[in-house]
Amino acid sequence: MTDAPHTMNRRQLIRHSAWFGAAVGLAVVGGEVISHVAGTADAARVQGRPTLRFAQVSDSHIGFTGKANSNVASSFSEAIDRINNLGYTPDFVIHTGDLTHLATPDQFDQVKQLMTGLRTPHVFTVPGEHDSVDDAGQKYRSVFGAGTRGDGWYSFDIAGVHVIALVNTLNLKKLGHLGADQLDFVAKDVAALPSDTPIIVFSHIPLFAMYPDWGWGTDDAAQALSYLRRFSSVTCLNGHVHQVFSKTEGNVTFYSGTTTAYPLPHPGDGPAPKPVTLPAAQLHDALGIREVSYTKGQNALALKERTLQ
Amino acid sequence: MPGRHQGARVVLLAVLLAGCSSSPQSQPAPSVTFGSGATTPGMPGMSGMPPMPGTSASAPASATGSPAAVAGDAVSIDNMAFVPATLTVHAGSTVTWTNHDEEPHTVAASDGSFHSPGMGLQGTYSHTFPTAGKFDYVCSIHPFMHGTVVVTQ
Repeated sequence: MTDAPHTMNRRQLIRHSAWFGAAVGLAVVGGEVISHVAGTADAARVQGRPTLRFAQVSDSHIGFTGKANSNVASSFSEAIDRINNLGYTPDFVIHTGDLTHLATPDQFDQVKQLMTGLRTPHVFTVPGEHDSVDDAGQKYRSVFGAGTRGDGWYSFDIAGVHVIALVNTLNLKKLGHLGADQLDFVAKDVAALPSDTPIIVFSHIPLFAMYPDWGWGTDDAAQALSYLRRFSSVTCLNGHVHQVFSKTEGNVTFYSGTTTAYPLPHPGDGPAPKPVTLPAAQLHDALGIREVSYTKGQNALALKERTLQ
Repeated sequence: MPGRHQGARVVLLAVLLAGCSSSPQSQPAPSVTFGSGATTPGMPGMSGMPPMPGTSASAPASATGSPAAVAGDAVSIDNMAFVPATLTVHAGSTVTWTNHDEEPHTVAASDGSFHSPGMGLQGTYSHTFPTAGKFDYVCSIHPFMHGTVVVTQ
């Protein structure tokens, strides 16, 4: 059914990337931002359902009451509607953290109720630092922690893809932090996997150094990524930074997703990562959800950023 | 110019991808296999099982700390910074932090001796320092925010 998709090998990909000077391209088309790793245009030739397709939503900050967004519950509901009207049922939806703004029981209850409206077989979450304001994540885990390990991490397999959901929002000193127990989990979790298994990693805080001065990085991520170095396809999706951003380092591509609540400044733009208040008409352009699909035989995942506009 | 050439390629890909996504196929959805335990992490969406029962919500936790102390020394939280970053007080003083940011903040001692709840806009937290010493703290939500209270006899 799929006519043996042509896959670019690593050397070709590297050469190709060097030719264009950047491995990741972005384009705005009809309100959508499409990003892809250079050399994956062949994905478009493959007909039919992708092997795996899911949606990412992030940073709903339920309970936020500032002027940057006067109704975060409403914009999160719009994001849910956006996912429910993609024209297909995503195989799962991942919320990459900061579900709540202040980790109160009411806020956890509200965000969970809202997410029951997602039309998908599975909803997964990872916590953000706003979900563990004063209790090291206990309330988060009491609501979303069933079946997870340690402080809330877990992994699963779907459609031949291995998915790892990490918690890097506890015991923070300046940057995100995984800790020895979780690093050990990652090492053992992937030990038996063949190196051609596509790997997807979810975390709230970026696993790459997006802007360490604002805490936008993870101090022990290099150790975790070292366990993933032998895999041909590794994709890391995160939230936290409230803006779309991507970076490729070796075999790993990182994608920061946007928020459904309020934008944050671009790295280093201003003194601190404070909520940015946009003119009302522009807010929904800064908010959005992300579609992700994987097609067997393609190393790179295809991403589509969709605004709430 | 290579950049322009790439732009054209990307737009073409985008159009093709958009076309793909609008024609869903009727192949079955893949199933999930969990490696991390007997219980399934996450929660079912609407097309899964019936909605899960709501959590038993207890009394909402206050996002605000104790009211501002009558007397004592003050630290303001502005633009994601503690002002002053270093405050010197006498032993027995009560220090009150007030958050002027829309972002919530906490005050968490590096030695674990005090940890405020989350303070929303205009939220306050007070802590009394009975003994002399140097107390470093961070905001546990934004740990790049550092402050120090120096307590003298």
